[in-house]
Amino acid sequence: MPQLTVCPSCAERLEPEDKFCGNCGTNLAAAAVARKPWEPPSDTDGGLVAPRSGEPAAETATRGPHGPATGYGPPPPRQESDAAPGDYGLAPPERSAPAAAPDRAPRPDHSAPGVVPRAGATDPREVLLADGGSPARMCVACGTGSVDPDGYCEHCGHAQPRERDHMEQELPGVAAVTDRGLRHHRNEDAFALSAVALPDGGSAVVAVVCDGVSSAARPDEASAAAARAANASLRVSLTGGAAPREAMHEALLTAAESVNALADDHDPDPAANAPACTCVSAVTTGDLLTVGWIGDSRAYWIPDDRTGERPARLTEDDSWAARMVEAGLMSEAEAYADVRAHAITGWLGADAVELDPHTASFQPDRPGVVVVCTDGLWNYAESAAELAAVVPADARDHPLRCAQTLVGVALDGGGHDNITVAVLPFPTPQPG
Amino acid sequence: MANFSKSHVPQFTAEVYQNEYLPEGAGEVNAIVTVTSTGGGTTGGRPGAGASSAAVVIMVDCSGSMDYPPTKMRNAREATAAAIDTIRDGVAFAVVAGTHKAEEVYPGNGRTAIADPATREQAKQALRKLKPSGGTAIGTWLRLADRLLSSADVAIRHGILLTDGRNEHETPEELRAALDGCAGRFTCDCRGVGTDWEVKEVTGIASALLGSADIVADPSGLEADFRQMMETAMGKEVADVSLRLWTPQGTRIKYVKQVAPTVEELTDRRVEAGPRAGDYPTGSWGDESRDYHVCVEVPAAGVGQEMLAARVSLVLPSADGGAPEVLSQGLVRAVWTDDMAASTKINAQVAHYTGQAELAQVIQQGLEARKAGDLDTATSKLGRAVQLAAESGNEDTAKLLAKVVDVVDVATGTVRLKQKVADADEMTLETRSTKTVRVKK
Repeated sequence: MPQLTVCPSCAERLEPEDKFCGNCGTNLAAAAVARKPWEPPSDTDGGLVAPRSGEPAAETATRGPHGPATGYGPPPPRQESDAAPGDYGLAPPERSAPAAAPDRAPRPDHSAPGVVPRAGATDPREVLLADGGSPARMCVACGTGSVDPDGYCEHCGHAQPRERDHMEQELPGVAAVTDRGLRHHRNEDAFALSAVALPDGGSAVVAVVCDGVSSAARPDEASAAAARAANASLRVSLTGGAAPREAMHEALLTAAESVNALADDHDPDPAANAPACTCVSAVTTGDLLTVGWIGDSRAYWIPDDRTGERPARLTEDDSWAARMVEAGLMSEAEAYADVRAHAITGWLGADAVELDPHTASFQPDRPGVVVVCTDGLWNYAESAAELAAVVPADARDHPLRCAQTLVGVALDGGGHDNITVAVLPFPTPQPG
Repeated sequence: MANFSKSHVPQFTAEVYQNEYLPEGAGEVNAIVTVTSTGGGTTGGRPGAGASSAAVVIMVDCSGSMDYPPTKMRNAREATAAAIDTIRDGVAFAVVAGTHKAEEVYPGNGRTAIADPATREQAKQALRKLKPSGGTAIGTWLRLADRLLSSADVAIRHGILLTDGRNEHETPEELRAALDGCAGRFTCDCRGVGTDWEVKEVTGIASALLGSADIVADPSGLEADFRQMMETAMGKEVADVSLRLWTPQGTRIKYVKQVAPTVEELTDRRVEAGPRAGDYPTGSWGDESRDYHVCVEVPAAGVGQEMLAARVSLVLPSADGGAPEVLSQGLVRAVWTDDMAASTKINAQVAHYTGQAELAQVIQQGLEARKAGDLDTATSKLGRAVQLAAESGNEDTAKLLAKVVDVVDVATGTVRLKQKVADADEMTLETRSTKTVRVKK
């Protein structure tokens, strides 16, 4: 990682071991992450790391094409594809009440205040400007020029790291990391997390991950809007006592509406497609695990005990390859080797052909973690077994470190796309 | 009629059209910058604040050749009278007779007159004094116009120059020196009447003084043309606007040119304006829109990198010599990607104006070759011009080309040189070769 000698935000002098600026609190890891070989996360102060503004995934970013992915060969056959759900210990969904003790007092809402969507100021550079009064930032590339109001160096022209290039967040029961990767100029992925108290006294944990469609206009805004909207919708529904699958369905529709609302006739490039993104969410409520998705972002179940039970993919891509396989027209190997394999057939956006939210619930009978991610990760660990092989054994105890590790795997693999990973321990650890 | 919905101070906007995506290893960034100013002129002789801040000098060729045929001098006189009628009340003006020396025709006191019904009438009376005799030394006309214009305390200074012959009574160096002395002090539109003048001389003067050049082959067309030119001049609201280009360390500006409404090379006209910034003169603006092609070489960077390749702004020098006012600005970016679909796309505006610039060039090269007797080169260049004009929808230029060559096949650019070409047609094509059309929507 390049050594920053001064804070990119306020020009405060830094010590080599500084992780945050002592003056303004800027996350220096985020500032320096662009371009550099990935380093394994250190295990100091495992808590990270709401971004400086206290506002996670609420900002802008960019993402790779859903076209053919470069940099990895045809994926090996998916090992779990022929297994029935029962084989890996995921009970079919049940509608019975979660096992949470009814006599417990409702838990306080654990989501950070910053998670609440905030209107306006969606560009991190605006936030920096709004700071006002701080000394000129210096360029992280040349160290010579100061940074202009448009976010470029006044000496070498280099674009400065943006807040969304790398963000991390951890709440009780869930952690997530998003990264620009090594080949894209901005991060078009977004995530949003919540921990909410349920009316029956139990609690729910929410993770939403979205991936902007690069070939459309303003994909970074699309993913941010969708993540924010789905998260907010889930919080409201769950707090109001809605069943998780219904809440999930509703959240996907709400997220789609928020992306539709971004389409506008005054787009600078009228030829561009309307803003669009994928969306995948996971909610844990007591002993129930619910996922919902549109597009090709995924959720996986990775049990603690990798010997007794098989890990599983919980979502089915809305992609050309998945459709071919589903229709029996091609074998999985053939389908995924095709250049069209990664073309998505379902997305959120004004030009979506039809909106078909998918939801599913599971009752895992043993502990493990749910990994919710964009294709920036699963391009490098496609099958559940491959992913399980790189999920740390202590993932359930250290979800943030697990998410960091998985982002590292993708970066080491080439980081061709933006990478976003959320990790939810199951069952949700009880506070205290 | 007064248009109250517009303020007197024009609003400038700068829009950048480019494909910012470059493949790995590439380092050339192309962008078209469309600059539009609104809220200024085109109010058609509106009396108002703008009127008193402009001055215009008309320079009429009175060399001996203006008497052959005698209609030429008569038409020039009538055209000048028509132009004088178009001068708004309050505008400072003067008329200069040009021969091997320059002579004040009106008002004649070494200064300008202020336009009103009486002065306009006096000026028209004074035109009767114009008698063709003597030679041609355009540099002297320009120097006198400069002296007269600078005697008026105004923001907009403009000249209108009419000539019918070659600049035979001074050296090219003397003309060059006069142009260098006048550049940036006033703008000047030039017209060649008849066919005995030198296209490169007249377009060179217009180019140096940031004005238009055209041919008026038939003297009877002068009046309408002069009126039109004066109306355009009266529409100008702000002078001395510069296109400022900031580029980062390690980059090189390959070229900067105006590409609409005409092709005008600006690269060598840069005036340094602070660290890594330079100004290119654009003259005065009314309600109008112009396009500029900026080409910058940047150091190639890795996939995923992004940089600002240039910051383009319109600046106006402040009256008190302080920091110039930035009227508008746009960003030219470079983003390296491994997405071939993104990086191989050529921006429609860039492609169009690259074609228009080539069109102007091949016409000039083709006519040059034709004059030099190199008919093969002339045929191939003019054939390419026919093809480009058709592809881009530049119908005016296509029509002019058709008077010089017989078009066999437009699509392939197959042409035959005409055996006989009227001088007027050839000179019209050469003079107007730099006129471009905008992208078809």
